[in-house]
Amino acid sequence: MLRDITIGQHFPGNSVVHRMDPRMKLLVTVLYIVVLFAASNPLGLALSIGLLALLYVAAKIPLKLITKSLKPIMPVVLFTAILNLFFITGQGQPLFHWWFLKIYEEGVRYAVLMAVRVLALIAGTSLLTYTTSPIVLTDAIERVLNPLAKLHLPVHELAMMMTIALRFIPTLIEETDKIMNAQKARGAQLDSGTLKQRIQALVPVLIPLFISAFRRADELAMAMECRCYRGGEGRTRLKVLHCGARDWLCLAVCLAAFAAVLSTRWIWQGIAL
Amino acid sequence: MENTPMICADQVRFRYDDQKDVWAVNGAGMTVKKGEFVVVLGANGCGKSTLAKHFNAILLPESGTVTVEGIPTTDEARLYDIRQRVGMVFQNPDNQIVATVVEEDVAFALENLGVPPEEIRRRVDEAMRMTGIYKHRLKGPHKLSGGQKQRVAIAGVIAMRPDCLVLDESTAMLDPRGREKVMSTIGHLNRDFGITVVAITHYMEEAAQADRVLVMSEGRVVMEGTPQQVFSQADKLHSLHLDVPQAVELRDELVKAGVPMPEGIIDEGSCAKALYDLLK
Amino acid sequence: MAAIIETQHLTHIYGAGMPDATVALEDVSFSVEAGDFVGIIGSTGSGKSTLISHFNGLLKPTSGKVLVDGQDIWADPSQIRKFRFLVGMVMQYPEYQLFEETVYKDIAFGPKNMGLSEPEIDRRVHRAAEFCGLPIDYLNRSPFELSGGQKRRVAIAGVLAMEPRILVLDEPAAGLDPEGRDTILSQIRQYHKDTGTTVLLVSHSMEDIARYANRVLVMDQRRVAMYDEVEKVFARAPELLELGLSVPQVTKIFLKLREMGLDIATDVYTTPYAVKTVLKALEAKKEAAGC
Repeated sequence: MLRDITIGQHFPGNSVVHRMDPRMKLLVTVLYIVVLFAASNPLGLALSIGLLALLYVAAKIPLKLITKSLKPIMPVVLFTAILNLFFITGQGQPLFHWWFLKIYEEGVRYAVLMAVRVLALIAGTSLLTYTTSPIVLTDAIERVLNPLAKLHLPVHELAMMMTIALRFIPTLIEETDKIMNAQKARGAQLDSGTLKQRIQALVPVLIPLFISAFRRADELAMAMECRCYRGGEGRTRLKVLHCGARDWLCLAVCLAAFAAVLSTRWIWQGIAL
Repeated sequence: MENTPMICADQVRFRYDDQKDVWAVNGAGMTVKKGEFVVVLGANGCGKSTLAKHFNAILLPESGTVTVEGIPTTDEARLYDIRQRVGMVFQNPDNQIVATVVEEDVAFALENLGVPPEEIRRRVDEAMRMTGIYKHRLKGPHKLSGGQKQRVAIAGVIAMRPDCLVLDESTAMLDPRGREKVMSTIGHLNRDFGITVVAITHYMEEAAQADRVLVMSEGRVVMEGTPQQVFSQADKLHSLHLDVPQAVELRDELVKAGVPMPEGIIDEGSCAKALYDLLK
Repeated sequence: MAAIIETQHLTHIYGAGMPDATVALEDVSFSVEAGDFVGIIGSTGSGKSTLISHFNGLLKPTSGKVLVDGQDIWADPSQIRKFRFLVGMVMQYPEYQLFEETVYKDIAFGPKNMGLSEPEIDRRVHRAAEFCGLPIDYLNRSPFELSGGQKRRVAIAGVLAMEPRILVLDEPAAGLDPEGRDTILSQIRQYHKDTGTTVLLVSHSMEDIARYANRVLVMDQRRVAMYDEVEKVFARAPELLELGLSVPQVTKIFLKLREMGLDIATDVYTTPYAVKTVLKALEAKKEAAGC
């Protein structure tokens, strides 16, 4: 059933992580990604995963949720890991040799590091979406990008589009469900047949869905005009974001931790040498 | 200024395609006094929704005039002033909610108007209490019933503190319970806060609650009066493809059968009273 | 008479086995006889939409059985389409599912899926269009040019063209003006009379159900609350009000009279019957005065 899909995996709560200013969270997440790639040695990765684990504990996110968010991308991660495993050629003797397949020590190392790094990246960004509601996140993105509006980039419009998209995803999913049922009731076969037949069978679903989406857009535009919408200029907001002492403190702690992780670049070299 | 009408439409003509001689509104005129509760009836395609969209300058007349508290809707400089005075609620509750959280949506108009945040907070809370949705303020709109969503839409308009509320078939897609709740909310806003209401509807029982009923046909206003006056002309209403409430129908049928029934029966209360006097 | 639709201990749970599982139907058993016109009422969330989605196998029971024409529709899941053609379903706001270039093609969609021959499809399209009051010259028009009420009739014709033995309609008159409402419902009644098709009509409007149905199924809190002939259900009007359902305005008037202390019948649900009841009461009063 389509309606079972949950979008925007927000996990409401009241932890330190939840309450942190969303702009800061956004910044910390971006920095975390940078750190993951900059400190790509085993020690650095281990530390950054430990750090993330601490944050997950602080946010009181159940372990089950993490595995759930990692599951769908597992095949991709495994696939890239296997590619790395076989296609990275290193110096010295291959560890394994069969027909044209060779595995070098470098390949193993690179594949493992790569997989771990990608998984940490997904888990890290998931923490942001778990602890920040989509609308707050959109708001934060708009405000972080606000300086770009001076360069005539449509920052407000993009944020508005994101908000409306988030608002209408559940509505359109429900609508798709209804239309599919209506056409199934007329004997449409949506879940069997060859690929070509299946694509053709989608026409009676997609056309009404598009027509309905356009109609909704039309009506929404009118309703927005009735409520005096005229773009981003001169707009105020119900919720004002402000960074308190706690937010700055959190940021400072995170930055210190990141610096520590980054320093492993040189420490690890020392160990390796 | 007290006597300036809330809305005054005079000889309004409008067509969607200016190449064709097909007029959606064709010489309609009506005046809505401040504080009134007016219901507009009419079969599909009679032009009532098109006329309503003239009341807050969503549409502008091709000829004729519409004024809102004396301001002509063609006065572009006062466009947002007009829209703030006349709030509009549409039929499909899903297609007028913008935000993913109820209170954010109620705040939308005030954010557009550049109201300071503390003032927004106050007025949003006030509007949510007036429409009875305060307890749902942190929910997503898709978690609400049709009637609740429609009250969110009304709150979003009420937050602007408009003088007039125009409802374009706002109860058409609701179940009886949702409809009742929305109608009682509107009655409350009209009676207790003096908000002028113009409601377009197909439900005759809703019309019976109004101060005044207008009937439109082919782009014109063809009947006007108190609900009693309008519903006493059942034959004329039928010829305009409209109904009367069952209470009126019962009264008329009894009169036809030779039973003396008083005039002016429009709802179940007055009908039961008359029957009681007859049968006791 | 044989039951054409029957449910046996039908239970449906959305998201069964998940933490957010919700019971939508609980142990529903009832049967509809061939040729009946059944009105289905219930407040939002009472389970009536879930119930009707079981009749043509859009939903599968979590437990219990659905029998159509005596056969368990889930006995062989690969044969479910057979029952979709046997039980025609008109959804809420069906005009939103139109998709073809012409009215003709849209009405023909169902019959085509049934694998019928061209002449047979043609016959059915014309017959269904006629039943729904669509003029022949509309058949070659785009359905998107039509008015709301006309689109609705095209969508209904699309289901009638499958010539189902059972027709299920979910709020077919929602959002229409009084005349559009009467037109569509009278056409459905006419179709019921002419073809003997069993009709199940879901509606919020007791007035409509009172006028068109001969039996009423009342759903409440995921279960069947009442299932009986129309007059017997409306005789229990106070209970209906307690279930949060609205009863016809004439019924309310007679309930009020009873409250005021008059000894009068309260199973009144249509205007003609109300007139008759009042006249009878007047006569009784005169006789009493005469004695």
